[in-house]
Amino acid sequence: MTTTAVPAEPVPMRVSYRDRLRRLVSPMLFMTPAGVLTVAFFFLPVIILFGISLTNLSSSTGFKNYEWVGFENYVKIVQNPLTKLNLIATIKYVSLTLVFFNIGMALVVALLSTHISRRAGFVYRALWLLPRLTPSVVYIMMWKFIGADSPYGIMNQHVLEPLGLSTANWVAARPWLFVILTNGFIGASFGMIIFTSAIESIPRDYMIAAQVDGCNAWQRIRHVILPMMRWPLLFVVTYQTLSLLTSFEQIYLLTDGAGGTEVWALWAYHRALNNYWGNFQWGFGAALAMVLVAIGIVASVVYMRFFQFNALVQEPKIEAM
Amino acid sequence: MTWKQRLGSAIPYILLTILTIPVFVGYLWIIISTFSGRTYGLVPVDSQGNFGGLTLENWSFLWEDPNIWFVTLNTLLLSVLLTVGVVIISALAGYALSRISFPGRKTFLAGTLILHAFPSVTLLISIYFVLRWISNLPVLGKGLPIIGGFGYNTVGGVALVMVSLSLPLGIWLMKGFFDNVSWDMERAALIDGCSRLRVWWEIMLPSIKPGIAALSIFTFITGWGAFLIPYTFITDQEKSTLAAYLNSLMGETAPVNYSRVAAVGLFQLIPVLFFFIFTQEYLLSIFSGGSKGGT
Repeated sequence: MTTTAVPAEPVPMRVSYRDRLRRLVSPMLFMTPAGVLTVAFFFLPVIILFGISLTNLSSSTGFKNYEWVGFENYVKIVQNPLTKLNLIATIKYVSLTLVFFNIGMALVVALLSTHISRRAGFVYRALWLLPRLTPSVVYIMMWKFIGADSPYGIMNQHVLEPLGLSTANWVAARPWLFVILTNGFIGASFGMIIFTSAIESIPRDYMIAAQVDGCNAWQRIRHVILPMMRWPLLFVVTYQTLSLLTSFEQIYLLTDGAGGTEVWALWAYHRALNNYWGNFQWGFGAALAMVLVAIGIVASVVYMRFFQFNALVQEPKIEAM
Repeated sequence: MTWKQRLGSAIPYILLTILTIPVFVGYLWIIISTFSGRTYGLVPVDSQGNFGGLTLENWSFLWEDPNIWFVTLNTLLLSVLLTVGVVIISALAGYALSRISFPGRKTFLAGTLILHAFPSVTLLISIYFVLRWISNLPVLGKGLPIIGGFGYNTVGGVALVMVSLSLPLGIWLMKGFFDNVSWDMERAALIDGCSRLRVWWEIMLPSIKPGIAALSIFTFITGWGAFLIPYTFITDQEKSTLAAYLNSLMGETAPVNYSRVAAVGLFQLIPVLFFFIFTQEYLLSIFSGGSKGGT
């Protein structure tokens, strides 16, 4: 950054009260819009969510006749027979997508695309970004068609039939496969970009030294690249675990929770805001969401501590004038 | 090079191509399908199942269904509101966080970072109640022209929610861009008695144009494809967005007419592909600058 000779900070003279107040005016001006919206759509909602989770508020009680029920909703979660199933689905969804795509595929694509010509590598990485930019409804529609019934579906028509294998509507027959594929192809790009910049920042000398020592490609990856990527890997794992835990848009569009794919976040959404019976259980849904919010708060605080937050928030170099 | 070495250097290309096939195939299908009566896999066929049947009929929704233009306008309105809102508010806050020292700065920055990692979709239930409360406000709630207001079941309300949820990423990126601007000019201007606001507008904003462009494009694409929030908070069909409209098309007829649905999908995809082809570098820079991973 700029290290040009900078005149020393003016020695602060006695600052009058009015001046001090005036100094607060401009930051206030700049910060107010962001501040108001953050309070209205982040802080208040967390408090409201906790409040609602302590009531039996639902479309049958209406907005007026609800009662405070303490932690009854949380007790209900523990007793609900669906809890175990949906918890297992959530763990399955998060761990499989994370391992195979957000980490696994991301690493593979990053490694491969950094070992070919720069231009080609860029094109491949850009292609992998496309699923994330595509409107989710259009994107899921493509996958539905890839797995659609014979003779329409692409998998059936171009892969399975020529091989003489049996055909099916694969989204319905293998919901998990498709849930993980659709989310994975979106999720992989995040890790891919982080890993790519990590790989590109490894000093060339190390690679050349390894080659001189007679390492093959796999040994180079295993003993030079991977050990230097501990931090980016850890970062992507923690960040993506949290994202996956709370994402449900693609699952909603693809299976709507059918076939055992009702993950926790989708369960909360169904109960509180979207179900066929029109009975919205805001209280119970809020308790379900609160579980995720609690995990989110704990995880993000831990994660800030972990990734050296103080280095990121140094004081500005220019002083208030 | 021996043939063995040549094969060795081709292997990464082959593997990458194989891994990327599903992405290719999906987009290829959507393009073929929109111009065919129906498709068997990627092959356009006529009603007898023979090769052929190319047609423009799937695009007839453009002149037969007036709804498409309403929802397109709504989507455009939402994306523009979202982009303008996010860029202006994050540029304001990002500047203050980068350049002014004031009490609470560190707390706000920490908050921004935590919110950046925080899964905001879990708050939809309570945001529903916040929006319903805003609806009860006079005029602001649901009495404004064009955007409808900022309450429940209005385009303005959805834009407001989406702006708020996009702010942590926006502020963080903007602060990063401002941090990299040398402050000699700014300092000179301040000494000459320029106000902070004028410095922001006349000196700082022009020097981070590429950053503003990247954030605008990314935000516009996000708004254009948004499904969950508009779908949850807008109940009237005529106020809904393209994504919600497309979703309802897929749900309504029992054997879904994929070719027709695909045409609507491609219609929605056009601006995204346009931006993608011409601005990939900007977009990749957004993600390496610190990304909010959707999934």
